Amino acid sequence: MKDVLLDPVLDVYSVYAIYGAMALYTLAFLTFVWQLSRLSSANKTLRKTAGQLEVAALSITVLAFLLHGAGVVMRGIAASRVPWANMYEFSISGSLVIVGIFLSAWFVKEIRVIAVLVTGFALLILGSATTLFYVQVKTLMPALQSYWLVIHVTVAVLATAFFNIAAALSVAYLLRSWGWLNQSNLSIAKLTKRVLSVFPESKKLEHLSYRFNVIGFMLWSFTLVAGAIWAERAWHRFWGWDTKEVWTFIIWTIYAGYLHATATRGWTGARAIWLSLIGFAAVIFNFTIVNLFFKGLHVYSGLK
Amino acid sequence: MSLQSNVSQGDEIRSPKLGLTGWARWIWSQVTSMRTALMLLLLLAVAAIPGSVFPQRSSDPNGVTSYFQNNPELAKNLDGFQLFDVYTSVWFSSIYVLLFISLVGCVVPRAAHHWHAMRGEPIETPRNLSRFPAHLTKASKRANVLDAIAQILRARRFRVRVTKTSVSAEKGYVRETGNLLFHISLLGVLVSIALGGATSFSGQRVLVEGETFVNNLVGYDSFSPGAWFDSKQLVPFSVKLNQFKATFDLRNKTNVGTPLDFEAFVSLREAPNTKSTDSLIRVNYPLEAPGANIFLTGNGYAPVLTFRDSDGNISFSGPVVYLPQDANYTSLGVIKVPDAHPEQFGVISFFYPTAAELKTGAFTSGYPAPVDPLLSMNVYVGNLGLDNGIPSNVFELSVHGLKQVAGGKSGTKPITLELGNSAELPNGLGTVTWDGLKRFASLDIDYNPMQIWILMFTVFAFFGLFISLLTPRRRIFARKTATGFELAGMSKNDDPKLLGLLEEIAGDLKVRKK
Repeated sequence: MKDVLLDPVLDVYSVYAIYGAMALYTLAFLTFVWQLSRLSSANKTLRKTAGQLEVAALSITVLAFLLHGAGVVMRGIAASRVPWANMYEFSISGSLVIVGIFLSAWFVKEIRVIAVLVTGFALLILGSATTLFYVQVKTLMPALQSYWLVIHVTVAVLATAFFNIAAALSVAYLLRSWGWLNQSNLSIAKLTKRVLSVFPESKKLEHLSYRFNVIGFMLWSFTLVAGAIWAERAWHRFWGWDTKEVWTFIIWTIYAGYLHATATRGWTGARAIWLSLIGFAAVIFNFTIVNLFFKGLHVYSGLK
Repeated sequence: MSLQSNVSQGDEIRSPKLGLTGWARWIWSQVTSMRTALMLLLLLAVAAIPGSVFPQRSSDPNGVTSYFQNNPELAKNLDGFQLFDVYTSVWFSSIYVLLFISLVGCVVPRAAHHWHAMRGEPIETPRNLSRFPAHLTKASKRANVLDAIAQILRARRFRVRVTKTSVSAEKGYVRETGNLLFHISLLGVLVSIALGGATSFSGQRVLVEGETFVNNLVGYDSFSPGAWFDSKQLVPFSVKLNQFKATFDLRNKTNVGTPLDFEAFVSLREAPNTKSTDSLIRVNYPLEAPGANIFLTGNGYAPVLTFRDSDGNISFSGPVVYLPQDANYTSLGVIKVPDAHPEQFGVISFFYPTAAELKTGAFTSGYPAPVDPLLSMNVYVGNLGLDNGIPSNVFELSVHGLKQVAGGKSGTKPITLELGNSAELPNGLGTVTWDGLKRFASLDIDYNPMQIWILMFTVFAFFGLFISLLTPRRRIFARKTATGFELAGMSKNDDPKLLGLLEEIAGDLKVRKK
């Protein structure tokens, strides 16, 4: 790689676009919350207006997604490469993919209720990206100059996105089938229950989260294998128990356990769901704690 | 449990031998159960964690050394639990060995069962169809309704078994095939990795510009062969490093000094007395030599130095490899001069490609390319300990028992030297001249004959995984009732489309009627 001209000014615009997207996600999040509260309202006329709110919230989310996308693309042009070479870029690209997958799955009616979780999560990721992980545009270090960066990281982003949506569905499942909530007479519990009654049945949620986890698992397997192939080229060994490799393995093993659990008597339902949530906690741990505080070869956060 | 009690009931008097087999069978059935596999998988995940918390000898040997220096007591205890060698430890190995035993015990009978299932007919129609997860009843007056259903199912590529009163059909055998392929391929991967570990080798060599590496044991700085590797297998190729080029960014303000490219221009001679061909080795793009791949893993500077005693006799001359210490290539070099007069001395030296003086008077490097290169040297006199036959690290000078005569608290300033200049050494040790500046490349020479097998089994495992996770395996049953027929379906996993499928079949039946 020779003579790359970075464009810090365009990067500034990219950050503005991300800030704009954050504002819109906030708005979309609030509107979705409002819509849920209307949906669960005892008042019939109020319930009927929920549909309009949903359309409004969806439109705002689409706008946020477009602005978010513009921010990611500008970052890529500013750096003249794929925009996922450090933690900041991985966060903005990854959250874009999460929202993108969610929007493309909008036609699945049962999935719409997690809009609150998805927009909220996107906001959380972008917030930490801009405040904690931000670094100026940089060129790629020689070890990253490979087409495997496109393959390996794209698939890793996709896998994370699928795991993320599955996790949101799992949380919804656990709330839906929470015994205490169904029996309690506290007003807050009653309110939550009313909100949850809008959610799809727990069986449906379980099934949807299984589907997303299965796709996530296949993509994660691919990430692991593609990473090994790349590691052989870049670091002259396909597997060396580098901290990131260790955690990729741990995540793979937990989700493999989850898949076995769904086929094991006594482990289906809530237990398996908990297992997949532990898996997702490991995904988050791998992305944050391992990236920032563990020593290893995958030190691409760009933070000091 | 049930197995054991069966054995003890029937064979109480005979001999304890059978009781033992009973126990063995019970243990075996436990080991190969899904629940155990699940537990072992989760245990493996947990067991892998410490390897990311503590430095590992395999991936970070320096980290282990400094852990021992900082917490000697704790490190000793941790080492007792093999926490610096987690992935080769007894406890980690026993978990995955158990897991794979469980896997074999699970896969072999399943493969046999699947083999029979694939060649046989679908199972008999169960008695009570209304208990199935998907079930519907329809009215029909057709006499041959079961035949029609059988035809529809066949058209949908079900395997069908028809009796007088019922139909049993099954589809998606390939799900189990994929599942078995995945698990057997995992075994293949593990065996290939084990065989690869025994037949492979990995070696390192630091090569200064102009030097040649010949692929034999002497040519390596370090060499780690597998247990079955014979050094006679090394193909006598040679690689000469003609030039090493490092490009750093100078154009983008936010990015100054970031490496853009490392290029090792080499000549490869595949066998002695053959013509050499020019090649380029870059990070991510190794050179394929006969029987080995050559990787570029590091680089740095090698100042060419000449030491002369006070009579002008040369006691040391040549390039010295300086190891980079930071991103701007502040580098540390060690020179040992055992043949010096009047006494032996050693030098610990720093190299700054683009020297900048700090407020404290110390130097640092501001840019990784040699814009304004500078050397500083601390000199130690005394017995270097090279004559006692114990091999010592060429990159380290043990200053214990030596007397510092330049730099530090010696009272004399460290020697600083610019490229092309000479300087006087203290204590009448003579002079040092900096003749030139070369670069070096750290090369890794690797060979693993099993690698292609590992890849192949991985690809198979992948196919198996995809097939088994994406194909539904369904059983559909139909039975005549007084008023018409009933349909029931079951699936190997959660299958929300099953009821819809039954409706479709019933719908097809109506269409056929017309």
